[in-house]
Amino acid sequence: MTEAKSKARLDEEFSDLYRAHLRDVYSYAYYRIGNHHDAEDLTEQTFLQAYRHFERAQRESDGRPLRPWLIRIAHNLAANYHRDRSRRPQTQLEDAAVLPSGRGTEDVAEGRAELERLVAGVGALPDDRRDALIMRFALGMDNREIARALGRSEGATKVLIHRAIRQLEQTVKED
Amino acid sequence: MSDVEQRLRLALAPVEPPGTLTDRFERALTEITGAAVDELADWELRAMRDPRNWIRPAAAVVGGGLAGVTLLIVRTQLQRRRRGRSARALDRAVRDPARQVGRSVRDPARQLGRRLGR
Repeated sequence: MTEAKSKARLDEEFSDLYRAHLRDVYSYAYYRIGNHHDAEDLTEQTFLQAYRHFERAQRESDGRPLRPWLIRIAHNLAANYHRDRSRRPQTQLEDAAVLPSGRGTEDVAEGRAELERLVAGVGALPDDRRDALIMRFALGMDNREIARALGRSEGATKVLIHRAIRQLEQTVKED
Repeated sequence: MSDVEQRLRLALAPVEPPGTLTDRFERALTEITGAAVDELADWELRAMRDPRNWIRPAAAVVGGGLAGVTLLIVRTQLQRRRRGRSARALDRAVRDPARQVGRSVRDPARQLGRRLGR
């Protein structure tokens, strides 16, 4: 009875985690893989794996948020995805990024092209720099969370993000 | 915040997952948990049909039997020892007062004999 009760509570907590971070995991998967179809697969696999290890993760998290753990699972699965299928992330994303409203048609087209160049530039970065930028800008994670997701120190993560932005600036300027 | 950082926020805007993803995930989860339960039940049945899996229960029965026999032997020996001890004690209890009585009769008789002999 107690076991069944705790199982029900665990499932409920997992549902909360799922609802709270579905968009984060999906966004990460989408920017990492580059298309909706595979991003859906990766998101599903991430949550299935998370479900299998949820109890232990909760125990070991010591009350810390589980988002970095989830993103780390997605990160590892995405690495396997590219390794297994010998694919590189598609730099041309299926959908254009969200653009600010209140612009003329020409501005919108120009803005869209500029953002697409930027996303392509992110895709061309070394893996760790690209992942750090996706976590920071698509998911809004802070240095501590990114550090936990990437298994690095906070200091190293700060340097990683700084270098990624500098490299991206350089790439965009050259284009 | 630099210009590139501001543009990155726009370029990497969060992406809404399709509504069907949750249904798909729930189905996958149900299938997995269902499959796990079926597999476990199936495995138990299969395991009992396979003679190789009888070794463990058989070993447990033999081990349990041996332990039972050992326990029985130990108990019997203990009982035997106890019985032996109590029989000896009883024998002593019967013999000692007789000796005592014999001694108490013999000793004054000897003393009297010695005195008369003098």
